[in-house]
Amino acid sequence: MPTLVDNIGRSTLTSLEYLGALTAQSWAAVRSLKSVSPFVGNKFRWKASIREMLDIGVDAFPMVALMAICAGFILAMQGAAELRRFGALHYVIDLVAVGFTRELGPLLTAIAVSGRSGSAFSAEIGTMRVTEEIDALRVMAFDPIEFVLAPKFIAALIVVPCLSILSNACGILAGGIFMFFSTHLSLGLYLRYVLNSIALRDVISGLIKSLAFAAIIVQVGCLEGFRVRGGPDAVGRSATAAVVKSTFLVTLADAVFTAIFYLTVR
Amino acid sequence: MAVISVRDLVVEYDGRRILDKLNLDIQAGETMVLLGGSGSGKSTLLRHILGLERPHSGTILVKGMDIARCSQLELKRVRRSIGVAFQSATLFNSYSLEDNVALPLREHTSLAPSIIELMVSMKLAVVGLREFGKLHPQELSGGMRKRAAVARAWALDPEILVFDEPSAGLDPIVAADLDELILVLKQACQMTVIVVTHELASAFRIGDRIAMLHKGAFLAVGTKEEIRNSTHPHIRQFLDRVPDKLEDTNPVESYFESYLQKEDVTR
Repeated sequence: MPTLVDNIGRSTLTSLEYLGALTAQSWAAVRSLKSVSPFVGNKFRWKASIREMLDIGVDAFPMVALMAICAGFILAMQGAAELRRFGALHYVIDLVAVGFTRELGPLLTAIAVSGRSGSAFSAEIGTMRVTEEIDALRVMAFDPIEFVLAPKFIAALIVVPCLSILSNACGILAGGIFMFFSTHLSLGLYLRYVLNSIALRDVISGLIKSLAFAAIIVQVGCLEGFRVRGGPDAVGRSATAAVVKSTFLVTLADAVFTAIFYLTVR
Repeated sequence: MAVISVRDLVVEYDGRRILDKLNLDIQAGETMVLLGGSGSGKSTLLRHILGLERPHSGTILVKGMDIARCSQLELKRVRRSIGVAFQSATLFNSYSLEDNVALPLREHTSLAPSIIELMVSMKLAVVGLREFGKLHPQELSGGMRKRAAVARAWALDPEILVFDEPSAGLDPIVAADLDELILVLKQACQMTVIVVTHELASAFRIGDRIAMLHKGAFLAVGTKEEIRNSTHPHIRQFLDRVPDKLEDTNPVESYFESYLQKEDVTR
């Protein structure tokens, strides 16, 4: 009967093996980025990348915008409820602006993209594995990483930061609407306060985070797909695992990045 | 000269031996049929010949290249000379038939689009699907999908053409049509053809030589006549379609009898 130590050892080895596979796949994906780049790469891959950009970015925009508007209202209302007691209602503007550019914009976008596209990547590649399409690619002398993963990777690296910026804008706008109705602060003046409260490094740190989140979502989603063994039930399980693991890793990465930014700009 | 050479091939999954010290030479220009029942290891052997899996031990030389140990670049070069029509056709559903066939031509050659269009049209015409080029795989019947898979496998005019269970799931007429197509292609292009099948009619119609697999080992490798006249008990059982357990003629009845005796439910 396996002991607790056996189980811990086995779990550790499984996690290390997973991280190793993720690193190896990420490295292969980085090396194949050239093949999907415009002008220098394969034009069919670039076309596939544009299709992926539409799927990951344009189609997700309404959902991301709605989530950001709701989160903007929530943050402003919760902040106002506490700050009003200290006569510091105007700090709601800082709270919403800094909170969204540094944190909530990239994180909300990553959660939305992970749920929408991470699971879709996993299901698509998993189905290709089950139906031997990945094997067909390999025997036709195509690299599945270059053919399937790289277009998704470059598309996510481009559109997820764009979605984050739009998410920031929607969240901040929601805060402005709240301030207009609660304090009659005009939108123009609100935006001026917003611009005063955020620094360029806040925006850049948010964008760096969203690049890392995009990489995590694509790599985890695709790895789960490539690891599918068996039938359609395994595809379903891989889609669930892709969302759970990528959300977990995104949150972990967010904590690490936030700690780094906090320690370096103190 | 052997275009594919398998030497002492051993394949194990989780300590279970699937292929046991296989040796096989496939000569250039011949049609080799890998024949065997379900679970005999013929598809596993094919996957190893295609370099999709690494063997436990032994070597597989394809055109003189050790397919399990060569570099990725060498593997790609070898694979460009092999066309494979998988059992489930494995056409890309998001592409039309034309795009499926054009894919290897667009990616692996520098031919002008008009030439590629012409070649795709010709390949589809040979497999009888010229009018269906704009359709997507999900809009076709099983037989048409298999023929489209043949057109795609043949797109680059490979030296070796591989068919995994070409007649599986097809009615006898469509299966016979596919056999004739394989024969026509073989005759026209002088390719080496490997066919994995458990269909006796197909095997004896298209094969020059037959390798009979059973439980991961070759029972016999020889010409059609040699296999047909074999006295090996399992080959005879396979060819004569004799079930495994003749003494247990009515397993359902015997199961219920033993159940009734055990449970004594009649009491």
